[in-house]
Amino acid sequence: MTAALVAEYRKFFSTRLWWVLALVMVGYLALIAGGFALSLSVDTGAEAQPSDFLSPQELATTIYSVTSAIGYVFPLIVGSLAVTSEFRYQTITGSLLVEPRRSVLVIAKLLSSIPMGLAYGMLATLTVVAAGAPVLELAGDGAFLGDGEVIETLVLSVIVMVLWTMMGVAFGTVLTNQVAAIVVVLAFTQLIEPIARVALGAFDATSEISKFLPGAAADALLGSSFFSSFGTGSGPELLPQWGGAIVMVVYILVLAVVGRVTTFRRDIG
Amino acid sequence: MTAPAITIEHLTKRFGDFTAVDDLSFTVAPGRVTGFLGPNGSGKTTTLRMLLGLMQPTSGRAIVGESDYRDIRRPAQLVGAALEASSFHPGRTGLGHLRTLAPQVGVPDSRCHEVLELVGLDTAKKRRVGGYSMGMRQRLGLAASLLGDPSIIILDEPANGLDPQGIAWLRGLLRALAADGRTVLVSSHVLAEVQQSVDDVVVIGSGKLIHASTLTELEQLASRDVLVRTADYQAADRVLREQGWRVDPHLEHHVVHDVDAAEIGAALHRANLEVHQLADHGADLEAVFLRLTESSDAPTSQFVGHGPTAPPVDVAAPPPPPAAPTAGDLS
Repeated sequence: MTAALVAEYRKFFSTRLWWVLALVMVGYLALIAGGFALSLSVDTGAEAQPSDFLSPQELATTIYSVTSAIGYVFPLIVGSLAVTSEFRYQTITGSLLVEPRRSVLVIAKLLSSIPMGLAYGMLATLTVVAAGAPVLELAGDGAFLGDGEVIETLVLSVIVMVLWTMMGVAFGTVLTNQVAAIVVVLAFTQLIEPIARVALGAFDATSEISKFLPGAAADALLGSSFFSSFGTGSGPELLPQWGGAIVMVVYILVLAVVGRVTTFRRDIG
Repeated sequence: MTAPAITIEHLTKRFGDFTAVDDLSFTVAPGRVTGFLGPNGSGKTTTLRMLLGLMQPTSGRAIVGESDYRDIRRPAQLVGAALEASSFHPGRTGLGHLRTLAPQVGVPDSRCHEVLELVGLDTAKKRRVGGYSMGMRQRLGLAASLLGDPSIIILDEPANGLDPQGIAWLRGLLRALAADGRTVLVSSHVLAEVQQSVDDVVVIGSGKLIHASTLTELEQLASRDVLVRTADYQAADRVLREQGWRVDPHLEHHVVHDVDAAEIGAALHRANLEVHQLADHGADLEAVFLRLTESSDAPTSQFVGHGPTAPPVDVAAPPPPPAAPTAGDLS
């Protein structure tokens, strides 16, 4: 397994993808975190100010939580590409020639995504803090970086990003077509899930289901969400923190097992 | 170095209604170079992929020594395979590609540099594979197959995309590998590419075994062609036909089948003919290969027992020009 993990690292770092995606993620999150911090802190003279319903500390936590709420698409894509690029460029052939046990390959990909997710998660969280904190400090009511709850949110953000990376790998094992996987990830994260959460949450009968959507589970684990903070009244309840963690892990395991017994059982040719 | 044999037993692979490999059985003897031949689409790659655990046989089995490839620990140290020249990430360097394989092959990075030097990619190893020519990709695939210093080497169409120098180099490499006592199984749809390198041949068509023998035995199925050019075309025509030989008249020369050049020379000498050219073209294996594979659906037995007198498909001799005058026209 050690050899398989080393191989996965070499695969990851031997193309330009990892730093290109990291750069894009940093740029995107800096813009979002800085922008939101500015728009939520500066008194625009409008009737309803964010500070009317969020305490300064809650506001800071909300800004810091964009790492997962907005940035989770990056670890998902990083994870899925670890699998789909092998199929796209047929390097899967070579990978299975040196290690014919396919479960080993799938597990190595899942495990190797943990440190990768940790790295992307820390980078993303640092970016959000670096872009958001100065704005909150200067234009708002403080950055609250020493605050216990804020620190908890930051640490949980990194953990959630790790889980998203693993989810990306697990998803990639199910949908190995690279283009399709990216399209589905983008469509699901940017469109389908946000709509589904609002739509399902709007009715009592279905609001229970919406809690179990992956994004809602991540928010639950995080304990604070950009979306749920604003989902005043109409927003559905979230699972408890541990529940969110379990739901995410179950998604990862189910997807990986499904991938192993479907696409990873098929002929490679 | 002794290597285990490769055994293919009643191997069958169906894709829906299509039978890609049909009850195929043959063995690859250890320490020899075996050419695995057949037209494109005859099931060579599918057979190799089943042997290497990438595809699941519908029935039958393909084993290395006594084991399934999938059951071998660190298989790349026993079997090195190069399947397709396109299985690389274009954004990875040649060296980077080998480094992704090295840990599971079980070799240090230094071995990557060694094999890159061996295949002549030393100067290109820091370049991205996306910029490699087809020939360079073939060489990189070969390098990957050699990483684990395996005693069995399986190459699928390694000559594809190689220029003539590359093919000559490949022949040398195959011979060198065999000289080490390694077992080499090399597939090709062009017999000539491997003819000079192989000891044994396995010919398949439409997924069925057509012929399996040593190269020498295959050569005995071939007709020998001798080109004869004399000062007097008609006299030569008469002499050659009087002997009862099979003769193909061409514009300015004849091609005589299955007769020793010396015997032909003697006959022409007795007739006092001035010989300008007497060239033994040897066994025309390509013609045999085409003849064997064109009727792929025919049972194997059809080709057993035919001696040198089997009707040849003469493709080596250039066809006469459309308006070729016959000997009679000239008189």
